[in-house]
Amino acid sequence: MSAEPGGPEDRLRRFATIWSRAVFPATSTSLTRPEFEEQLLPLARRLSDALRARAFDAAVAREIGAALIAVHCTDPEALSRTLDCVDAYLVLYCGDPDASAQTQEALRSRSSRLQHAMAAGFAKALKERTLAEQESISQAAFHAQRMVAQALHSSEARFRAVFEGAAIGIGIADLDGKILEVNGALLRMFGGSEQLVRGRLITEWTHPEDAPHIWRLYDELVRGERDHYHVEKAFYRPDGTVLWTNLTVSLLRDADGRPQYQLALMEDTTERRLLNLRLRYEATHDALTGLPNRTLFFERLEKALAAGEGQRFGLCYLDLDGFKTVNDSLGHAAGDRLLVEVADRLQTCATAPGEMVARLGGDEFVALITGADTERGVDELVGRIMNALVTPISVDGRELTVRGSIGVVEGPVGERGPAEVLRSADITMYRAKSAGGNRFEVADPEADARAITRHGLTTALPMALDRGEFFIEYQPLVHLGDGTVHGAEALVRWLHPQHGVLGPDRFIPLAEHTGLIVPLGRWVLEEAVGQARAWQERHARTGPMRINVNLSPCQLTHPGLVSDTVDILEDAGLEPDALCLEVTESALIGADDDLLKPLRRLAEMGVDIALDDFGTGYSNLANLRRLPVSILKLDRSFTQGMQQYPADPVDLKIVEGIVSLAHSLDLAVTVEGVETGAQAEQLRILGCDTAQGWYYARPGPPDRLHELALADARG
Amino acid sequence: MERPAWAPRSIDVSVPSVSRMYDFYLGGSHNFEADREAARTAMEHMPGLPKIMQANRAFMRRAVRFAVEEGITQFLDIGSGIPTFGNVHEVAQQADPGARVVYVDHDPVAVAHSQAVLQGNDTADVVAGDLLKPREILASPQVERLIDLNRPVALLLVAILHFVEDADDPYGAVAELRDALAPGSLLVLTHAAFEGGPLPQERAEGVVDVYKNIRNPLIMRSRDQIARFFEGYDMVEPGLVPMPDWRPDTVTGDEDPYAFSGFAGVGRSA
Repeated sequence: MSAEPGGPEDRLRRFATIWSRAVFPATSTSLTRPEFEEQLLPLARRLSDALRARAFDAAVAREIGAALIAVHCTDPEALSRTLDCVDAYLVLYCGDPDASAQTQEALRSRSSRLQHAMAAGFAKALKERTLAEQESISQAAFHAQRMVAQALHSSEARFRAVFEGAAIGIGIADLDGKILEVNGALLRMFGGSEQLVRGRLITEWTHPEDAPHIWRLYDELVRGERDHYHVEKAFYRPDGTVLWTNLTVSLLRDADGRPQYQLALMEDTTERRLLNLRLRYEATHDALTGLPNRTLFFERLEKALAAGEGQRFGLCYLDLDGFKTVNDSLGHAAGDRLLVEVADRLQTCATAPGEMVARLGGDEFVALITGADTERGVDELVGRIMNALVTPISVDGRELTVRGSIGVVEGPVGERGPAEVLRSADITMYRAKSAGGNRFEVADPEADARAITRHGLTTALPMALDRGEFFIEYQPLVHLGDGTVHGAEALVRWLHPQHGVLGPDRFIPLAEHTGLIVPLGRWVLEEAVGQARAWQERHARTGPMRINVNLSPCQLTHPGLVSDTVDILEDAGLEPDALCLEVTESALIGADDDLLKPLRRLAEMGVDIALDDFGTGYSNLANLRRLPVSILKLDRSFTQGMQQYPADPVDLKIVEGIVSLAHSLDLAVTVEGVETGAQAEQLRILGCDTAQGWYYARPGPPDRLHELALADARG
Repeated sequence: MERPAWAPRSIDVSVPSVSRMYDFYLGGSHNFEADREAARTAMEHMPGLPKIMQANRAFMRRAVRFAVEEGITQFLDIGSGIPTFGNVHEVAQQADPGARVVYVDHDPVAVAHSQAVLQGNDTADVVAGDLLKPREILASPQVERLIDLNRPVALLLVAILHFVEDADDPYGAVAELRDALAPGSLLVLTHAAFEGGPLPQERAEGVVDVYKNIRNPLIMRSRDQIARFFEGYDMVEPGLVPMPDWRPDTVTGDEDPYAFSGFAGVGRSA
């Protein structure tokens, strides 16, 4: 179709352009305006035709109105603008400019009618489209709803399967605690009856063993202050048995975060717990007697000692006297039966709350009481225990008398730890034992301290020898006749790293007790013999220097005594007669020939044997002849009376008598503890042969003796 | 408890949906009163909102045609919403009858509607999927059936990324999609911004509040932030620009000032 300028086609196009410009801002099309105009052009053409058609056809105009909807002019404003545009320009551009006024009027009238029909067509189409779209979106929503419902259904089915099939118990309750849903596993835990579980209130499910925080956590959860908690909780099953669970409770909230339900997941731990209890029981009880063992006792003691102010405790530490003999003579089975019986009897002694009996091991038992008045309580407890042991115990047809030593500790809590308390009780028990046993002693801090030091020294002794902590001091032995240094007594000392220099009285008994005396004694002998040899080399002019070494009772019975002594003398190259071994009188009391044999052998070799501390024991004077002794060392108690002037006449007589007796038996006499010149002079007059004491010299290093000897030689 | 992936959220038509509001802005009736109510409130703050949507549709139309001209016949439109008219498959299949289109939306109603519209169309389909789970989209049977990932694809993310908060890592999701596409693929993207529109930011924020209220927050991003979605892709001329300025068919004299809100761009995979 040609579009010559000013021609009908050109005018039609201009009308379409005007129309599209007017309507475009009110459309929601995604076309550009020129594209949009191309869509309006056929409508414009039809309008133009309808304007000029012989007969008015409302249907065409209605179609044009409806076509606007099809090109997405759905906004009523688009219609309004369209009608304005048609009203103003349709006749102008699509009518006949040359027509008569009458014709023009007819065209305008036709235009009006066309507009009415277009509006009707637009409205109808918009209504239809709106309805259609509403229908389609509703359908879509409905369809989506159904899909969601299906998906939910399958998801719920899956959840249901998980819920039902779970091995863990699952329950859902509302916030009032009413149980709404439970799964099979939970029902089985509770014994399988749904009626007894569903619909019940959680808050009824209390148990005496509920920790206090369990219900606090529950309250916090249902109030929405907490989202979950995890506890160990016991429940009563409907049949009255107990179900133990690991319980995790979570709060379920709705989409807006408001608490809605509580979800409980529970795991049946009853059997595991029983096993744990059993393991715990086994770990804390003595298999033989069934009494609590050391572990449990320590736990209880620890707890008791950590109790609040005003609380006290009492502890009895029992060790059977002579139990080893029972074991050794009747066998361990009998010993075990005895222990079981003792345990049973002890258990009846401590049955009140706050009391317990435990076996620490072997034949050691403890009884503990706690409370505010244990001072009286512990006395009664000891009484009951001693009483319980009075009746003999029948084992294998024998009536065994059981005795025990008990150490008692009583006091306020909070001052000492369990180890310290138990040690005190142990020490005290040993005190009772060394006092003869079959008795109790009450702990005493001083005795404890002594025992603790003793204990410390005892354990340190073996190391001390290895570390060379011992040394020897020498105290000169002076010839009373001419005042010359005739020899020295070797005295062992311990340079303890903490306690400083310790005398033999502090550690020799301990060394005797532990047997260390043998190696220690040998060491002293070696040192002293070696020293004597050194002196002899340096003082050849002044005659042989003698050395006195103490022998403890333990060493006396040691089978290596003679051979060791011979070896030491030979190694050092010292003549046996330069050595004097001092033995205490008490060690030889009642000595039989077996005991005296090694001493005799040594004496035969030429070693002098001195009877030390003579006069302190019940000396059997008649026995003196029998002993291979060549020297009596008179105890210092005899010479004390001679320190002043004039000397005690009784002491003088006694010493005179002893000296005369000794000499008549061919024994030399040495006196100890000489402190004054008067004393020395008296002793010389009384006929004593040798003396030692502070008057001459205190014990000191070997070099001091060397100096004395030199001075002596010069004098 | 979190909703499992396979359980969809429920349908509540009393809650406004962004796709139905979009339809309303475009003069459609695929919407319910709650959608219209929310859209009218938003339009009180920004009366030109429909023009922005129209500009989005117009840009998409041009971009799809551009893609076809570039020889691309596979289209993946994520966040397709409710197809009122001028949809990707209409535009693409008009330009090349062999074009294949997969729509993706997470709104079950939009998906159901798309299914109804696409009934009988063998070369276009819809996936109920989430932009934030790209692997699920790419592994869907619909994508498998219609799209050959070894050949270039036009990925359309039109007016969707501004509904994804940074906390949900939209950059990560887009990167995953970009990486999955063959060389020569195109990323077609529009995004809302305070920049470009005729209103001061304070007034435009009223719209943001409306979307916040319907629990579908609208995240305005700057031009630089939007450009980051194209990382690793070469921008097709004229780059990231206001929607009407992207390869206009005609001189942009008739455009409404609102149409210049936000940015549009196309990137090409090297």
